[in-house]
Amino acid sequence: MDRRKALTSIAQLSALGVAASTNAAILNHKSQRPPGSPDSGLPAPISKGGYVYFSAGEAKEVGAIFDRLIPADELGMSASDAGCVVYTDRQLAGPFGKAASVYRLGPIKDGTPQQGPQMKQTPAKRYRVGLVGLDTYCRQQFGGKPFSALNEDQQVDILTKMEAGKLSFAGTDGQEFFALLLQNVQEGYLSDPIYGGNKDMVGWKMIGFPGARYDYRPYVMKKGQPLNLEPVSLFNGAS
Amino acid sequence: MANVRPKADVVIIGMGWSGSIMAEELTRAGLKVVAIERGVWRDTADFSPAVDTDELRWASRKEIMLPPNVEAYSFRNDKSQEALPVREWSNLTVGYNVGGAGTHWAAASWRYTPTDFKAYSHTIERYGKKQIVDGLMLQDWGVTYEELEPHYDRFERIAGTAGQAGVINGKKIPGGNPFEGSRSRDYPTPPTAHSHWNDIFTAKTTEMGYHPFPVPAGTVSQSYVNALGVHLGACTLCGYCQQFGCANWSKSSPNACVMPALMRSPNFELLTETDVLHINKADDGKTATGVTFITRDGKVGEQPADIVIVAAYQLDNVRLMLLSKIGQPYDPVTNEGTIGRNYNFQTLSYAYLWFEKEHLNPFINTGCMAVQIDDFNGDNFDHTGLGFIGGAGIQSLSNSGLPIGFTGNLPKGAPTWGKGWKQSFQHAYQNWAMVQGQGTSYSSRGQFFDLDPTYRDNYGRPLLRMTYDYNLNDRRSGEFVRQKCEDIAKAVGGQKIESYNFANDHYTPYRPNDSSHTIGGVVMGDDPKTSALNRYQQSWDAHNVFVLGASSFPNNAGYNPTITIGALAIWTAKAIIETYVKNPGPLVTT
Repeated sequence: MDRRKALTSIAQLSALGVAASTNAAILNHKSQRPPGSPDSGLPAPISKGGYVYFSAGEAKEVGAIFDRLIPADELGMSASDAGCVVYTDRQLAGPFGKAASVYRLGPIKDGTPQQGPQMKQTPAKRYRVGLVGLDTYCRQQFGGKPFSALNEDQQVDILTKMEAGKLSFAGTDGQEFFALLLQNVQEGYLSDPIYGGNKDMVGWKMIGFPGARYDYRPYVMKKGQPLNLEPVSLFNGAS
Repeated sequence: MANVRPKADVVIIGMGWSGSIMAEELTRAGLKVVAIERGVWRDTADFSPAVDTDELRWASRKEIMLPPNVEAYSFRNDKSQEALPVREWSNLTVGYNVGGAGTHWAAASWRYTPTDFKAYSHTIERYGKKQIVDGLMLQDWGVTYEELEPHYDRFERIAGTAGQAGVINGKKIPGGNPFEGSRSRDYPTPPTAHSHWNDIFTAKTTEMGYHPFPVPAGTVSQSYVNALGVHLGACTLCGYCQQFGCANWSKSSPNACVMPALMRSPNFELLTETDVLHINKADDGKTATGVTFITRDGKVGEQPADIVIVAAYQLDNVRLMLLSKIGQPYDPVTNEGTIGRNYNFQTLSYAYLWFEKEHLNPFINTGCMAVQIDDFNGDNFDHTGLGFIGGAGIQSLSNSGLPIGFTGNLPKGAPTWGKGWKQSFQHAYQNWAMVQGQGTSYSSRGQFFDLDPTYRDNYGRPLLRMTYDYNLNDRRSGEFVRQKCEDIAKAVGGQKIESYNFANDHYTPYRPNDSSHTIGGVVMGDDPKTSALNRYQQSWDAHNVFVLGASSFPNNAGYNPTITIGALAIWTAKAIIETYVKNPGPLVTT
C-alpha cells in the first residue's frame, strides 16, 4: 500500500469512528510535533476509470436527471458533461455515501420537524433504492420507458412533482430524494475539479467565482467593478 | 488504576482558546500543567493554500469539526416532548482539534458592553421589574466590564485584533463604536479592509443618523508581533475563513497566537486524541483529585492534579459537570440547582436583499468583514414601552462567496434548477447582500440542560439533553430588529427583500444561517443558588474546579462571544496565580 492510500484509509477509518491512534501523542517542549493529522494531507484527485458505485444503468439515469437540473445552455455545459455523475459516484463510494459522520445509535424514533432526520438511509442507499423506485414508476407510466428515454417535458414534470412532494416511490420519499439529487449535482458543478465535476471550472465561470485563490488584497479596493478573474483550481492537472 | 500519570499542578480539559490562554498564563507563573485534548494536533501549516481553498472538504463536509458520530446531543423544544439525538451536522460548530472552535471561527472579536454584565440590576435600575417578561431569568455576572477591561486588552494583544476604537478613557473617537465600554487604548492593528457592500451600508446608515463602525476582527490587518512574541501576518481576504483554518498566521487562533509560545514551556505537556471521561472527586466530595481519560486506542488512565480547569466546548463543559456530579443539577420544576441552568443562545434576524445590477465581488471576504451599527444593541436605546430588553448588533456582513454555500442565497420563488436557476444564481452571486441582526438572548424557565435518559455516546455515557425554544423576550426583540434590518435593506435600494425573525418559529438546530453561539449552563454569578460558579469562574461546590468558556455567561449579548471568553480566562488565571495557589480555597465566601 503506498503512502497516499495508507493515509486515505486511515482517514476513512477515523471518519467512520473506528479507533485510529496514529496521532495520539504526548507532546511537550522537547517532542517533535506531528505534521498535522492524517486527514489534513494534500487533497487527492479522484480515481480514474469507470464508475465505482453506480452501475452503468444507474449512471445513465442519474445523468439524465442531472441534465434536467443543470442543462446545457449559453451559460455553460450540462451537468453530466461537467462530470457531475462521476463526482456523485465517487462521493457515494466514500464517507459521504456511507453517512460516516451521522450519529446512528438507537432507539430510532420519529420526532418533530425541529428534531431533524432520525432514520434516513445512507445517501448511497437512497440513490440505489430511489433510482429503482423512479425507474419502476416511469416504466409503468410511460410504456416501459426509463426516465432517460422520456422527453424533456415528461422529465421536467416528474422532477417538478418530486420537488413539490407530490410524487414518491416505494421506500423513497420523492421530495427528499430530489433534494439529495439537487444537492449533489450542484456540489459537482461548483466544487473544485479535483472531485470529478466542474469541468474546465464551468460552474465557477458561470457566476464569476475565481476559485482557489489566496490573495485578494490587490482587488479589494476596486469596489463595484467587474474583476473578470480567471478561476484557478486547487490542483492544476487534476483533470 | 494501572495507568496513573504523575501528578500535575493543573490539568486542563480542552485546548481551545480558553484552555490555551489559561495554560500559557499558568505555565509562565511556574505551574506544571497537563492539558488533555480529544482532537488531533493541528498546526497552521495544515491549512496551506494548497489544502485550505477547498469548499467541499471543509465547509460542506466539515472535516475540521466534531462529527455527531463521535459525540452528539439530544434536543427537544420543551420538556413535554421526548428529546431525540441531533444525528446530522447542526448549526453548532464544535471544534475537534488542538485550537478547538478557535481554529475555524469567523474571528469577530467583540467586547461585551458594560450593561451586558449586569442584565438584572441594570434593567431594574433603568426600567423597574415591569420590563422583565414572565419566566425570564435575569442575573448579574458578578464581574464588571471595568474589572475585565485590562484582560480584554491583554487578549486583544495576543489575538492581534484589527479594529477602530470608539471610546478611549471615556473620550469618543470618530469612526468607532460610540456605544462601546471605555477602552484603555486602541486596538493593536487597524481595521481590516471593507467590501463594497460594507461601504454601501456605511453611507446609508450614516445618512439615516446611525453610527456605523468596522466590526473588530481577528483577521489581522498588518504584520504584528503579539504579546507572547509570536509573529502574525496581514490577512489576504481569501474568502476561506469561517469553517476553515488559516495558514497565513492572519486569523487569530490558539494555533497561530498561543501554541507557538506555549509549546516552548518546559512546564507544559499536551495529550492529544484523548477524551476526558469525568472529573474525579475526593472522598469528601469537596474537591477534585484529577480526571479520568481514555485514549483513542481505548486505554483508560488517570491524571491527578491539584487544580482542574474545565475548558471544553460549552456543551461539553455542562455535560462533564453533570457526569462528574459536581454541583446540583438544575430542576426546571422546582427551579433549584445550577448545573444546566440559564441556557441561552442568540436571537437572529435578517434582511436578505438583491440589488438590480451591482458588482459586489462576494468572494473577497473574511469571516467577519462587516460594518455594524450598535444603535439598537443591548440597552443603547430606550426600551420604555417596548415590552422587551436587549436588541442586536446590525451589520452588513460580507462572509459568503463560496459557490456551493451561495446556492442558498437565491430569492424565494426563484427557480431552483434548470436554465432559470443558472440565470438566477448568476445574478444573485453579484447582487445578494445581507443585513444581519445578531441579537441578545436571556434564559428562561423552559430552557435548560440535563443528561439524556435514553441516548448514549460511544463509551456508554448519557448524551447531553438540550431543552430549548425562543422565549417571549426573544420574539419581541427579534421582531423589532427584523424591522430595523428591513428598513436598512429598503434604504440601500434592495430590489427584492426578504426579512426574518428566527424567533418567530420554533428553534431547530438545523436552520441555515443561524448562530452557533450556544451559551450558559454552568454560569458565573454572586449567588450559589442561581450560579454554578463564583465571579472567578470557580465552582461553588469544589473550590479547585474552574470552568471556562461561554458556559459561564448567564446571558448572551448581541455580539460573538470569543473575546469575552478569552478575557474571562485571563481574569481567572490571575485569580489562581495571585490568590488561589497561595491559599487554596473558595475565592468568594458565602
